[in-house]
Amino acid sequence: MLDLINVSYDTQIPNNVGLSSDRRILKALEKWHPGYINWWKGSGPDGFLEDLVYLRTAVSVDPKGWAKFDYVKMPEYRWGILLAPQVEDRRIPCGEHLGEPAWQEVPGEYRSLMRRLVVIQGDTEPASVEQQRFLGKTAPSLYDLRNLFQVNVEEGRHLWAMVYILQKYFGKDGREEADELLLRQSGSAEKPRMLGAFNEETPDWLSFFMFTYFTDRDGKMQLEALAQSGFDPLSRTCRFMLTEEAHHMFVGETGVGRTIQRTCEAMNAAGITDPTDIDKIRALGVIDLPTIQKKLNLHYTLSLDLFGSEVSTNAANAFNSGIKGRYQETKIDDDHRLKDATYPVSEYVNGKILLREVPALTAINMRLRDDYSKDALGGVKRWNALIKKNGVAFEMKLPHGGFHRQIGAFKDAPITPEGDVISADDWAARRDEWLPSTADGDFIQSLMVTVLEPGEYAGWIAPPRVGIDNKPGDFEYVQIHQA
Amino acid sequence: MSKPVKQHLIDPEICIRCHACVDACAKEAISFNDDNVVVDAAICDHDLSCIGPCPTGAIDNWMVVNMPFSLEDQLGWFELPEQPDLAAEGASGADIPDAIAALLAEAHQGAGGAAKAPASAATPAINLFGPSEPIKATVQGNFRLTEKTADADVRHLILDLGTANFPVLEGQTIGIIPPGTDDKGRAHQPRLYSISSPRDGERPDTNNLSLTIKREGQGICSNYMCDLERGDEVALTGPFGASFLIADDPKARLIMVCTGTGSAPFRAFTMHRQRALPDINGSMKLFFGARTPQSLPYFGPLGKVPQEFLEKHFAFSRVKDQPKTYVQDRLRADAATIAPMLSDANTYIYVCGLKAMETGVEAAFQDIARGVGLNWLDIRDTMRESGRYHVETY
Repeated sequence: MLDLINVSYDTQIPNNVGLSSDRRILKALEKWHPGYINWWKGSGPDGFLEDLVYLRTAVSVDPKGWAKFDYVKMPEYRWGILLAPQVEDRRIPCGEHLGEPAWQEVPGEYRSLMRRLVVIQGDTEPASVEQQRFLGKTAPSLYDLRNLFQVNVEEGRHLWAMVYILQKYFGKDGREEADELLLRQSGSAEKPRMLGAFNEETPDWLSFFMFTYFTDRDGKMQLEALAQSGFDPLSRTCRFMLTEEAHHMFVGETGVGRTIQRTCEAMNAAGITDPTDIDKIRALGVIDLPTIQKKLNLHYTLSLDLFGSEVSTNAANAFNSGIKGRYQETKIDDDHRLKDATYPVSEYVNGKILLREVPALTAINMRLRDDYSKDALGGVKRWNALIKKNGVAFEMKLPHGGFHRQIGAFKDAPITPEGDVISADDWAARRDEWLPSTADGDFIQSLMVTVLEPGEYAGWIAPPRVGIDNKPGDFEYVQIHQA
Repeated sequence: MSKPVKQHLIDPEICIRCHACVDACAKEAISFNDDNVVVDAAICDHDLSCIGPCPTGAIDNWMVVNMPFSLEDQLGWFELPEQPDLAAEGASGADIPDAIAALLAEAHQGAGGAAKAPASAATPAINLFGPSEPIKATVQGNFRLTEKTADADVRHLILDLGTANFPVLEGQTIGIIPPGTDDKGRAHQPRLYSISSPRDGERPDTNNLSLTIKREGQGICSNYMCDLERGDEVALTGPFGASFLIADDPKARLIMVCTGTGSAPFRAFTMHRQRALPDINGSMKLFFGARTPQSLPYFGPLGKVPQEFLEKHFAFSRVKDQPKTYVQDRLRADAATIAPMLSDANTYIYVCGLKAMETGVEAAFQDIARGVGLNWLDIRDTMRESGRYHVETY
């Protein structure tokens, strides 16, 4: 019998989808594999290919088996195809097919819409690896270096997950899309990645932490929505990806938290009580809280753009056809068809911010974004608890949803983080109050020194409270290869 | 007064609210609000399926309490509360059965005070299976470790745990209650045995454990165990023991002193280090006493462990035409290298074996300390307080 829980290693590609008896798809994936490895070596982490990294790999998709830790060289990481177990008699949870058995094949009429969603999701996975390519050079510790690589290999695996769906269910088109995923490049002028935030640089580790906290959280929400898909293989693959995504959120939240912690400690040690005394604080070799707030403003707003237009017919179609649900669809208490429901959406009309009730069906993106903001607020609250515990008078805030937007109703609207509408000139003049300036970026960059001694940390970041896999403080998370 | 229970809790300062545990728990014991993720003590059966998926380690917290914290309490937390002082509340011995708690307390007496686990030790699971609900294990093998000619019959028993979740750490013990009743018709008292295999099994990732058991003349439990045959079923309770644990810190230097079956935890320590830190040499010393080489458990396999990895000092007290030598003699002979280790914060001392060895070992450490102008009792107390001095004798 096919074992759908434990990962099978009888083919080159570990999997729990019975690849060894599915010659067509196995062949397609094996053909794609060398290109992937080339991509990893050319666009993945720069250097470190020979080093042993203490990574987590899934050996089964049930809770007991998906966090086995061991040392592995990254190019030898066993990227595989892992789907969460099939739920018996699963039904389509929303839209016009509500209650019908979930599809095991793609319905013809939704083929192109579904393919597009899978390709967009798939495109973000290798993009973030590319964005983070050079961070290893300035790792603040072996612990952080390991976390970066864990995030990278798992984003790589998520690409595999999407490529499997494309090759298995979308025939020749799917194979072509799978190849394209390796050809686009983050930040490339000719062939950029599909979404804006994924063409931005990740120039320093604070950016990386903000990215994993805010931008990967968009990924989480998209996966949550796709996990509700009536197309069962997509739902199952996203459900398993979500278990890995949690680690990425963790890296972001604790990374920012540790940066804040270190700043507060240094301020207290130096007897500085005013968190806005930026020069004095920077002289301590730590990142002042107002600058951390600016980075937060930047990454949060770039991530809001990823949700697309607040009101969207495409999103309505995806929901109505049962391809993509809402966050925790099955736990929402309504008709799951949104026949008559409305949803409040903010708009920017004639220099004013207005709230308008629109048909809930067209406001699917807005709702997911609201769920995202609520989710993102949790960590901000915990950062503030940390600041308070250190006795520093400062509070981090999520900026207004109209601030610094490039997509949707608030595109280019001159709105402050507090939600006040001001003139475009004033906004431009005050930009550097709210968003990192070149000088801010240069300062952060100046702190980015590599620390590769086990148990040691760069001066701008505090050590973690708990080690990965319960390892002690000076555990050698990456064994650097001595050439 | 209610009986103390072990409660599973999530550390709100470390948890990132990813809800991976919520999905992992088939019992649906874990729920959340906007602030916290919490475990319902009334539903949680400690099956540990939530531990692996947690990306932060926040999930791995356990507290012994008289009255479990309610969901409402937990949802309001910003940090974990202090472990309640159960003794002050008039309770005794956590949820560990009294008889077993008493056995453990007696075994640990020789440390001169309440023992603490090494700071870098993994968090042990404790008392997952009590005497009223033991787990069934199957005997996978029963091998005599001592030569036929030796006076002692010491056995290496391998117990297969099947699909049961019975997580153990090196240094922990399990309890056996032999079947039948005593001459007054009462159930037999439990016996504790140290586990002699590392946490991941006799071979890596096998769900089994091994025990090292010496047949005692009229001993009901030891005879029962030593007579078990492959395929027999045996009822286990435990795991027990939260302090006599191996330090996971790669910098830790271990001095292990044992006699006879007291070698069981040190076999586990050595195998764990061979698997987890195979390249770290010169950080383990073993002082091992027996009457003769023929009666020293694991004499053969020990010989195969490189001296650089595990520095072995054997002491034999009944070898023909040779002076009687005890572990304390070997310790004194090695004083030059032990002495500087006594003031090193990375040194861990573990003593395991017969009660009778305590006095001699203590005296040897006293002499070694005095030789470099140190007071052993002070060192011992400091080490014990920081989880670096452990005694388990019976």
